Amino acid sequence: MARRVGLEVSLACAEAVKLANADVVAAYPITPQTHIVEHLAELVADGHLDAEFIPVESEHSAMSACIGSSAAGARTFTSSASQGLALMHEMLYIASSMRLPIVMAVANRSLSGPISIWNDHSDVMGERDTGWIQYFCENGQEVLDLTLTAFKIAEDPRVLLPVMVNMDGFILTHVIEPILMPEQAEVDAWLPPYVPQLCLDPAKPISMGMVGVPEVYTEAKRAQVQAINDSYPIILEHWASFAKQFGRSYQPVESYRTEDAEAVFVSMGSLSETIMSAVDEMRAAGQKVGVVRIRLWRPFPVAEFTKAVAKAETLVVIDRNLTFGAPAGPVATEVRALLFSQGIQKYVANFEAGLGGRDVTRDQFKEMLAKAQKAKAAGQDMTCEMVGVKE
Amino acid sequence: MADEGMTSWKSLALGCAMTEPGTARRFNTGDWRSRRRPITDREKCIKCGLCWIICPDMAYDPDPKAEGYYTWDSFYCKGCGICIAECPKQAISWIEEKEEDKYGPACGA
Ligand code: SF4
Ligand code: SF4
Repeated sequence: MARRVGLEVSLACAEAVKLANADVVAAYPITPQTHIVEHLAELVADGHLDAEFIPVESEHSAMSACIGSSAAGARTFTSSASQGLALMHEMLYIASSMRLPIVMAVANRSLSGPISIWNDHSDVMGERDTGWIQYFCENGQEVLDLTLTAFKIAEDPRVLLPVMVNMDGFILTHVIEPILMPEQAEVDAWLPPYVPQLCLDPAKPISMGMVGVPEVYTEAKRAQVQAINDSYPIILEHWASFAKQFGRSYQPVESYRTEDAEAVFVSMGSLSETIMSAVDEMRAAGQKVGVVRIRLWRPFPVAEFTKAVAKAETLVVIDRNLTFGAPAGPVATEVRALLFSQGIQKYVANFEAGLGGRDVTRDQFKEMLAKAQKAKAAGQDMTCEMVGVKE
Repeated sequence: MADEGMTSWKSLALGCAMTEPGTARRFNTGDWRSRRRPITDREKCIKCGLCWIICPDMAYDPDPKAEGYYTWDSFYCKGCGICIAECPKQAISWIEEKEEDKYGPACGA
């Protein structure tokens, strides 16, 4: 039976890695991710987790060490954020193209400058196209559960791709939440040891990370595109088997009070919980509004998302990051392109909120909706609208 | 010769790995050479072995028939000229080669 414990969410993430019995953790500390690897270092040092902890000199080295250990067939975990994640950038492409099932927790934090240790999604958006499976957690329980499912998904022989588990820095990582902690035996029964399909073995030499001359590069990338697209039903399959085993179910897109909603917010990460309470208040005031939360960001759940927003006339898309000089933020760009490609007409307003650790209140969501509706009525575009700027 | 580059994406190994060891041996870097190739004047050669060590494509090999000298392999020599620049005795020089001679006395696998 699962126990309910009060635990800092970073520690819950580390405990999930322990429950998953990771073989190698290679990491470099960076705020707000440090507590995750600090706790893992403790677990290894105290003999609670039989793993190799590699304290490297940078995040570039952390990901390089992870690539090596995963290529050698070890269940591998790391964690990073912000500048650290940016420093890993080039290695992230190597991990996915080599089809290595590394799991990484990203404690989402803004990018400098100005220097900021606080939360937004700039770091992960910079890594959007690295070929990793990427999803977002909304609370502590999700961090534990989705870190566990990351190993199961990544290592499935039909997937074999690295998985990035995103959690909002500080807002999630540094709070203490009641968390249902599964039994080790339960996890062991659900998550078998990693059996690599190809790995570095002196007895059977192979080469990984090859040169791809122009005659083969396109084909190699074609295979990688297929791999991430094919991972989609497997992700759903493992979230369903997790629900069966542990009783908590996860969907690539989660809807809240959208049934008859004329307007829906679209968001990712912990902001969604604030939006849900704002939606409750707006509903109480008679507004037909809901929220659609994108949990799975890559591969993007096209059909589920389209279905989730089908009835709404207005979408209010929240980007927790900026794109400079673009017609909309990354999430809104994605949503607009998706709807356009399917010939679906909707009013898509786009706000950039919660940058660099700025809180976003329920009232601000109400204001966003009002602004969007006003712009819509006036036939004006509402895009890249920065929320809460002091004029 | 079939175009080796035209492999279907479906037949690539996981992560574009090379699952067989030692395949570089079959890579015809000699194909990159154009018009001229190095030739060694054994009169000037002092058997120092520098050409053997520094050739980036391992085109030189100890000559089994003449101890201390080195044979040159058309299959691997890409024509970079490093051996010519580095030979301490200027024993190696360029010689023009005709296209039809290019795959000449190859002993590559
Ligand atoms: S580098 Fe020149 S001298 Fe030395 S072995 Fe080669 S050909 Fe002879
Ligand atoms: S020209 Fe370059 S490739 Fe050819 S034998 Fe000399 S060093 Fe080797």
